[in-house]
Amino acid sequence: MTVRSDTSFRSAVSTDAPLKPGFADPVFDSQAVFRDLLVATAYPGRIVSLDRKLTAPRPFSSATAALCLSLMDFETPAWLDTGLDNNELTAWLRFHCSLPLTKTAANARFAIVSDPANLPPLQAFHQGDVEYPDRSTTLIIQVPSLADGPAMTWMGPGINGSIKVGIAGLPPQFWTDWDLNRELYPRGIDVFFTSGNDLIGLPRTIKVEA
Amino acid sequence: MSGTMNTDLGGDGYNFAFLDEQTKRMIRRTLLKALSIPGYQVPFGGREMPLASGWGTGGLQVTASVLGPNDRLKVIDQGADDTTNAVSIRRFFHTVANVAVTESTEQATIIQTRHRVPEAPLKEGQILVYQVPEPEPLRRLIPRESETRKMHAYAEYGTMQVTLYEDIARFGRIARTYDYPAIVNGRFLMSPSPIPKFDNPKIANNPAMQFWGAGREKRIYAVPPYTTAHSLDFDDHPFEVQSWKGCCALCGSTMSYLDEVITDDKGSRMFVCSDTDFCTTHQAKAAAQTKVVGEHS
Repeated sequence: MTVRSDTSFRSAVSTDAPLKPGFADPVFDSQAVFRDLLVATAYPGRIVSLDRKLTAPRPFSSATAALCLSLMDFETPAWLDTGLDNNELTAWLRFHCSLPLTKTAANARFAIVSDPANLPPLQAFHQGDVEYPDRSTTLIIQVPSLADGPAMTWMGPGINGSIKVGIAGLPPQFWTDWDLNRELYPRGIDVFFTSGNDLIGLPRTIKVEA
Repeated sequence: MSGTMNTDLGGDGYNFAFLDEQTKRMIRRTLLKALSIPGYQVPFGGREMPLASGWGTGGLQVTASVLGPNDRLKVIDQGADDTTNAVSIRRFFHTVANVAVTESTEQATIIQTRHRVPEAPLKEGQILVYQVPEPEPLRRLIPRESETRKMHAYAEYGTMQVTLYEDIARFGRIARTYDYPAIVNGRFLMSPSPIPKFDNPKIANNPAMQFWGAGREKRIYAVPPYTTAHSLDFDDHPFEVQSWKGCCALCGSTMSYLDEVITDDKGSRMFVCSDTDFCTTHQAKAAAQTKVVGEHS
C-alpha cells in the first residue's frame, strides 16, 4: 500500500480514532462479496445478504463498506454525498482502496450516497458514452430498509416475469429520474441499494412501475 | 525443468486463481457492467495467461475472477470433458486454485465451455463461461473497430441482415450453422461464440448467468438470466436448428446435438452425442431402467 502525502490524509491520521480494519482476508472476502454483487446484478430485486460483516466507518453500513473494498481501487474515482470532510471515512477509503475521491459527480466511476435525502438527480452522474455505455457511474445508495418502502413492480433482464420490491427512504423524484435513465439506454447509470448487511441490484435495463 | 507438473503451487507459488487482486477487481467491474448492458462488448485489460490466445484465455480470465474456494468447476470443449483443452484448463484451476472439479453439469457451479452449451438444463446461480475467438459479430463484414463500434452505438444492424439474405438468394436458406448472430434484450447484436446454432435457443431465458470472454480481443459480454436472445431471421425464413434422422449410437438420445464419428477406413460412421456428460447420464438411466424392467418380468 502506498502512503499518500496529501494533507487531508495526514490530518485524518493524526487527529482521528484509529483506522477501522478492512477485510480480514482480502482475497477470499472480496471474492465472496463480489459473487454476492454478481448475483444481485444478475437477479435484480432480490435481497442478497452478504456473508461477511464489517465494522464500517460512519456513516457506512457493513454492505456499503464491503462493496467498496471488493470493487474500488486507484482506477475508479469516487464521489461521496458526505463531501470530503469526513476524515474517518475518507482516510479509510484512501487507505484500504487507494481510492481517488472527486468533488465532481459527473467524473465518478462510483458514487456513494449514505443518506438518500442528499441524492442529487441521477442525471448529475456520468451517463456513459454513446460508444462506451459501460463508462457510466455505478451508484450505491444506502437506504433505511430494502423491504418496508412502497412496493414497486420491477421487470426486465434477470427477472422471471416481475418482482415486487419495496425500497424505503428514496426521495420522491427518484423513480421519475429512473424513467429518464431508462430512456437513455444503452447509456445510463446502475444502482446498488444497501441496508445493513443486505443489498439489491438495479441495473439500467430494469423497468419500474408503481 | 522437470517434466511433471507441480500440483502444490496453489498456496504459495501464485495468488489464488493465478490473477493478481487488482486484475480480478478490474475484471469483476467489467462483469457487472456486462450484465447491466446485455450483449454489449465491454473492453477490459486482458492479461497474458500461461496459455496461447485461441485456447481460451478470455474464458480463463473470467473464470479466475469469479472462482472461489467453494466452487465446483466443470470445463468442456465441444461438449466433451475429456479433450485436451478441457483437461488442461481443469488441471490449471486445480493447480492454481485447488478448486473442486466435476464432469457433471448439474453439480457444477461454474462451467467453462468452448463451442457448446450443455444439454442438461442449467439452474439459477450457475455460471456459464464461453471462450470466444472473435467477439464482434460484424467483424467479417466491417473490418474497422471504429465503424463497428458506431454501428452498435446506433443499432445499425442492416448489413448483418443483408448477409443472411444473400445466403437465401444463393442457397435458398440461411447457410450459417454456427456462430449464429442474435439480438440480445432487443438491442445489441451478439456473437454467441462458435456454438452450433442448435444451442442458440438455450441462451435465451436461461436461469443461469452467461458470460463470454475474448482474451485476444479483450472483450467481455454477458446475457443475464431470463433475457431474450432472438436469433436473426426473416418472416418467410424463420430460424431453425439442425436435426438428425437417427439417434445417438451410444445412448439413443434423439434430442441432443450429434457428432459424426468415422469408425474405420471403409466409410463406416456413427453419430454420438457431443455432450459426454449428457450421454453417460442418459446411458446410466437407460441401463437402470432395463434393470428395473428385467427384475419385474
